[in-house]
Amino acid sequence: MPSPPPHSSAISLKNVDVTFGSGHGAYRAVEAATLDVAAGEFVAIVGPTGCGKSTLLNVVAGLLTPSAGSASVGGRKVAGIVGDAGYLFQADALMPWKTALDNVAVALEVAGEPRPAAREKARGWLARVGLSRFADRYPHQLSGGQKKRVALAQTLVRDPAILLMDEPFGPLDAQTRALMGDLLLSLWSSDRKAVMFVTHDLEEAVALADRVVVMSAGPSARIIADHRVDLPRPRETHDIRLDPRFHEIQRAIWSVLKSEVMKAYSDELPMEPAR
Amino acid sequence: MKRGTLLALQIGVAIAILALWYVLTTWPILGEVKQIRFFFSTPYDVWQRIWKMFATGVIWKHLWITLTETILAFLIGSISGVLIGFWLARQPRVAAVFDPYIKMANALPRVVLAPIFMLWFGLGIWSKVALGVTLVFFIVFFNVYQGVKEVSPVVLANARMLGMNERQLFRHVYWPSALSWMFSSLHTSIGFALVGAVVGEYLGSAAGLGYLIHEAESVFDVAGVFGGMIVLSVFVISIDWLVTLVENRLLSWRPPVQGQG
Repeated sequence: MPSPPPHSSAISLKNVDVTFGSGHGAYRAVEAATLDVAAGEFVAIVGPTGCGKSTLLNVVAGLLTPSAGSASVGGRKVAGIVGDAGYLFQADALMPWKTALDNVAVALEVAGEPRPAAREKARGWLARVGLSRFADRYPHQLSGGQKKRVALAQTLVRDPAILLMDEPFGPLDAQTRALMGDLLLSLWSSDRKAVMFVTHDLEEAVALADRVVVMSAGPSARIIADHRVDLPRPRETHDIRLDPRFHEIQRAIWSVLKSEVMKAYSDELPMEPAR
Repeated sequence: MKRGTLLALQIGVAIAILALWYVLTTWPILGEVKQIRFFFSTPYDVWQRIWKMFATGVIWKHLWITLTETILAFLIGSISGVLIGFWLARQPRVAAVFDPYIKMANALPRVVLAPIFMLWFGLGIWSKVALGVTLVFFIVFFNVYQGVKEVSPVVLANARMLGMNERQLFRHVYWPSALSWMFSSLHTSIGFALVGAVVGEYLGSAAGLGYLIHEAESVFDVAGVFGGMIVLSVFVISIDWLVTLVENRLLSWRPPVQGQG
């Protein structure tokens, strides 16, 4: 197996096109997306709803094959599920028939780790996300934030090389979101994996990321801006929001994002007034 | 409502029905007592009949036969339902081919099969088991099929991202999901296994609760019919209670269903 070339990025997308369906009903979700995420870099992707942000993540994860272009992780071309990628989904992805502990432990067991050792490590991770007392609860007995923390432990216990996060804190209330953001940053700062974090919340993106990438409204969404966030780390997501620099960056990105959001909104409005 | 009040009211209903029954079959309110008793018997006669059935021990043999038929029908129906449901859910093409035939077989009222099963399997327990199986199979089959089909795509994608191969997906995702659907139909399928057994016995047999009731009916022994019916309902309720115990243990991961106790 050829070793990855030096200075290669952790995640790399080259001219990725994604088209769903074919012929007359074909829908091009993403067009010519090129993006590099360096090792240890936290990149947030923002854009209006339905712009194909999640589609990009699925391409990187290997859940979706692009119609053109290519993705690579750690210098290797993506073909099929990427084993060393951790994926945190927006919706509930825990197995409802397993306890919090088993949900985390199973991630190791499927890789061949013996059950006692897997459970031991899972306990450690539940403690790190502050859920030691809830190890024996089933997902339906946990709150939305607690479920997300179990999912985070489940993803991180495997020690993946990269993290893909698809609006993971989207369904949570504002306070829980801020807490989860801090938890994520503190866990991430210990070993700094490359992160692709999709969100529609610009504030969250700026508070967490090193770089914020903006996508245009779909269909045929493109990457239209790439901003560096030069705020100091370690960050406290609540405090950083009071920083004047935070507002400058946010305003700069919003000036690009706003028109795209308006575009998506006006496209959607006549068709789906209920949303 | 408080638990005590509820229980008192529930017992009150039973007493009221028994009292009404007693009064109407003791005094000539609706007509001649003898005639009324011929149609409705009396609480005391029915009680005596039940007591005699247990005292002489006749009933145990019949209960045992009905129980055996019910359990066999349940086991065979469930196992085949799980296996075939699973297989078809994972083989959409095969499922599409068989779909109209499965719907047709399920649409058939099972009672019409009873005579043919008696022809095939004789008057012993197996014709009753077969009738029960045709009822249980479809309930379990449709539930398992649904269970495998309706595994949440997110749970599935997540499991794949955790590195599960097909075998592991089966064990950790498809199987528990299908089983949970099967267990959610446990009450219905056990109930139908019993219906199959009793209806089969009723239509032709030499033992079982259905046979007991049928025998009493054929000689206009109303006390015997009511006695058999009461034993049968107590029997069904006990089985249902056992199923609830099993279910609570196995499905503890499930959120409580709204609107049900």
